[in-house]
Amino acid sequence: MSEVALDPIVPNEEWTLPSRGIVGMTCLIIAEAAIFVIFVVAYIFYLGKSLTGPTPKEVLELPIFTTICLLSSSLTVHAAVSALRGNARRLCSFWLAATVLLGGIFLAGTAHEWYDLIYKHGLTIKTNLFGTTFYSLVGLHATHVVVGLILLSLALFFSMSGDLKEEHHEKLEGLSLYWHFVDGVWVIVFLVVYVLGR
Amino acid sequence: MFATQEWCGLSAMTLSAFVADPTNIFAPAGTPASSIFSLSMLVLGITSAIFLVVAGILTYVLIRYRSRGAGGRGEQEPPQIYGSNQIELSWTVIPILIVVMLFLATTRVIYTTEHAQRPTNALDVTVIGHQFWWEYHYPQLGVVTANELHVPVSDHAHPLPTYLTMSSADTDHSFWVPRLAGKMDVIPNKVNTMWIDPQAKGLYLGQCAQYCGVQHAKMLIRVYADTPEEFAAWIARQRQPAVDDPSVAEGRNVFMHNACISCHTIRGTVATGRFGPDLTHVGSRDTIASGSVPNNPANLRQFIDNPANLKPGALMPPMHLDSHDLDAVTAYLTTLK
Amino acid sequence: MATQIPVTEIQDQKVQSPQRHWLEVLHDWVTTVDHKKIGLMYIGYALIFLVIAGFEALLMRVQLAIPNNHFVSPQVFNGLFTMHGTTMVFFVGMPILFGFGNYLIPLMIGARDMAFPRLNAFSFWISAFGGLLLYFSYVGGSGLYGAGSAPDVGWFAYAPLTARVFSPGHSTDYWTLSLLLTGIGTIGTALNIVATIISMRCPGMKMSRLPLLPWLYLVTSGLTFVAIGPLTAAQIMLLLDRYVGSHFFDTQAGGSAVLWMHFFWIFGHPEVYILVLPAFAFANEIIPVFSRKAIFGYPAMVAASVGIGFISLGVWAHHMFTVGLGPGENTFFTLATMIISVPTGIKIFNWLATLWGGKIHFTVAMMFAIGFLFQFLIAGLTGIMLSVAPFDWQLGNSYFVVAHFHYVLVGAILFMLFSAFYYWYPKMSGRMLSERLGKWHFWLFLIGFHLTFDLMHVPGLLGMPRRIYTYEADRGWMIWNVIISSGAIVQTVATLLFVFNMVWSYFRGPIAGPDPWDAWTLEWSVSSPPPSYNFAEIPVVASRRPLWDLKHPDDPDSDYEMDQPTPHEKQEKSL
Repeated sequence: MSEVALDPIVPNEEWTLPSRGIVGMTCLIIAEAAIFVIFVVAYIFYLGKSLTGPTPKEVLELPIFTTICLLSSSLTVHAAVSALRGNARRLCSFWLAATVLLGGIFLAGTAHEWYDLIYKHGLTIKTNLFGTTFYSLVGLHATHVVVGLILLSLALFFSMSGDLKEEHHEKLEGLSLYWHFVDGVWVIVFLVVYVLGR
Repeated sequence: MFATQEWCGLSAMTLSAFVADPTNIFAPAGTPASSIFSLSMLVLGITSAIFLVVAGILTYVLIRYRSRGAGGRGEQEPPQIYGSNQIELSWTVIPILIVVMLFLATTRVIYTTEHAQRPTNALDVTVIGHQFWWEYHYPQLGVVTANELHVPVSDHAHPLPTYLTMSSADTDHSFWVPRLAGKMDVIPNKVNTMWIDPQAKGLYLGQCAQYCGVQHAKMLIRVYADTPEEFAAWIARQRQPAVDDPSVAEGRNVFMHNACISCHTIRGTVATGRFGPDLTHVGSRDTIASGSVPNNPANLRQFIDNPANLKPGALMPPMHLDSHDLDAVTAYLTTLK
Repeated sequence: MATQIPVTEIQDQKVQSPQRHWLEVLHDWVTTVDHKKIGLMYIGYALIFLVIAGFEALLMRVQLAIPNNHFVSPQVFNGLFTMHGTTMVFFVGMPILFGFGNYLIPLMIGARDMAFPRLNAFSFWISAFGGLLLYFSYVGGSGLYGAGSAPDVGWFAYAPLTARVFSPGHSTDYWTLSLLLTGIGTIGTALNIVATIISMRCPGMKMSRLPLLPWLYLVTSGLTFVAIGPLTAAQIMLLLDRYVGSHFFDTQAGGSAVLWMHFFWIFGHPEVYILVLPAFAFANEIIPVFSRKAIFGYPAMVAASVGIGFISLGVWAHHMFTVGLGPGENTFFTLATMIISVPTGIKIFNWLATLWGGKIHFTVAMMFAIGFLFQFLIAGLTGIMLSVAPFDWQLGNSYFVVAHFHYVLVGAILFMLFSAFYYWYPKMSGRMLSERLGKWHFWLFLIGFHLTFDLMHVPGLLGMPRRIYTYEADRGWMIWNVIISSGAIVQTVATLLFVFNMVWSYFRGPIAGPDPWDAWTLEWSVSSPPPSYNFAEIPVVASRRPLWDLKHPDDPDSDYEMDQPTPHEKQEKSL
């Protein structure tokens, strides 16, 4: 049988392992990225293959303003995490609010773009292959933005109520990782749909 | 090349003697199937050798190193060997070499089959897969038929291959006649090509090899390899419009005044439907329902009455004809030779 | 630093705890977040579905025994092969393998639970719900042909057969939704496994000291992240096509049927490696113990497993050799598939080298592991045959392929699962399984397996395609089908014996104690079954085989880092 150790159990070296929250969020990001890759591949595959209907060139405009807003929100959420790490809770609330605002502007911009596409140009998901792949890819991204905004708003609420404290900074960091991922996906979508595809 | 042919022929004959089956992939009757056969013999040889060596060593090890004592915790443990870089390297390098060799042999066959030189006198056939039957067009010869494909026999001295250009009208199918060639999928919105060159006169069987719905199992293929004279005669007959036998005028009327004409074509009549098989010469076929039942008046009558009698799930609806009309229209179709 | 494992007192927990009301027990299990209980639930759930899917297979084998049989209708048969495949992959294979991982990983790395216990429970319940949803299809909704709405589109649900126009009922939707849900659970569990292994190892357990089972589960989980996404994406696209009128796979609007195939197989091929890598994990633990030797070439085994994981992401179109991709793509995928045989071969050779020079004990667990070795070798070789694209032009979509993948799934994975059961059942239940019954189980199952799956290669060679509810009498396939079907009956009897063994031994089996096999990894240092907290005090380890070090203080593994010769080897060299 096993022998009992008589010494107190103290490892020789420092035994630190990566944070499980960050590892977990990284895994989730890889899994979500795999889903996005397939929608991007479908978009690229079907470029130029629509049998009818409006083409990207005819109806798409570069969403410069909303893109700047969304990408800036990565900076603001990073600032929020730094603030929380330094126990500057009011500052953290401020940066979180800025993030939510910028993300909200992005969503509003997307909604406006879609309104024009549907009612002015007659492009829906059923219209042709471009419509199918455009709405599904941008829509999937927008869904992830919505989820992110809900979580960020929750974080903002807890930050303002004083419940979000310095010891939670790793959890906020995990959330900010998710938000960086959402922004990263937008960079790809922007390049593929609005630059490459037009 | 000649030696390979001889060897293939001999092996094919030997194997066929053991197992005389109409769809045996080891009984090739055409060039694509033969080149696959040769390659497969090489692959089987290599994999058998690997199996004998590894399984042999495994068997030896199990016998030689079995525990002979009663076992138990007091027993002395054998020397603990943790690994060896040289050994790891050797059994990495040797498999890589085998893989390279096999890969090169394989690539050659891929390219010679898919990029074969096409002779100018090749016959073109367009194949359209349907749920659950095969449509065949001969564009150079103006012939349309269904389910039974006639092609001329080819031989190495005077090759006369048939090039099949294939697509589907609905779901995915696959055209597989094992003794003539490997299978090729038949896919909507995609055109695939393959070629066959049966070396001996005869009937070659196959069937759809990609699940396409309820009656996938009964989407059979019949390829008739005819001598050039027989083939020419068959083409000549197929090009004729439908036989107009006055003794079956009543049955003809039944056909022309029912929904039959919206799905079927009988050339020379008002029936120009394209959804179902062309029936202009249906009486000349050996089988109906895509090869699944013999073509005789009894089966024909049953099928027309309700296709689910013979092929449940076939897309042709029951025609709801009364018994008298059924007899008449059956007699009519039987005359369409 | 020395290995330090505090011994836990052996408690017969059943004797000590008072009789509890069955509702209390039920509540405990339903609300548990304990990885051991969740692992057992996954395993139990999978075993139930194994019986159901096995029954579906039996029905198919009866129908196929003679040509033009009328035992079941074509519609029912098509539903049977779809349900059999879908159930076996998603509701037997995945849960049982993740169940074992759930149970064993924290114990093997010296942790008290998984990284995210509540996520663990959630993942189980959502996967379980997916299975129930799939089977609800038999009773729910209005069936199209009177055979219920059970999916009948094949487990890979090729487009455009799944389009609304060709599958108007809800059978496709049941398939899509139940797998979407289960996919969420799978990602959750894989995430948990990675976070646990990376972040919760006990002190001293560097990655280079991680037992091979967690290593392989790490690779498996990584594959899961990359592979399940494509399936999820394709299924979302299918749902959009069917309900919102999009055109992803709508060939009439210019869509591509081949695109579905690419997306599905980008998932589907790594999926089969997700299924087989845990079997390798079990082999890596069990074969050394019953050879009484450390695994040969630990670093090579890790590298080979990681290599298999990566390469498996690049071979998917070998399922599409007959689709007409063109010689360039066919050639590439032939090469990639052949290359994967190199790391796979390395693993087989390393197992051989582990056996070499050992003292092999033929317990039932080891017998199943040996069966695995022979059978996985054969399965790999028929895989090589299929990787030769022109050979696949004949063999693809035929019973040869069915024989090949059942050889892997049953001959390799299921055999290794049986081995894992005989090996770890004592740890999980506190009792030994009957070796006598186990030997009957082994020999019967071996005979049944070979009757069915060896011979199943032959109809494939004779031109019999798969997924056909019947066949023509003139093809010469009947005799083989009769024997194949009879083998299925033998396997059924053997499996029932195994189930009986598990139930009977739970009540009457000999008490196992903490370490019945004289093994070397941390799970054998705690009682059987382990206490709910696993370890009273977290152990500290100094090598890959902590218990070996404790049992052999004169010759501990910790003296040897990778690739150092042992004193025996040094001695032999100097002679």
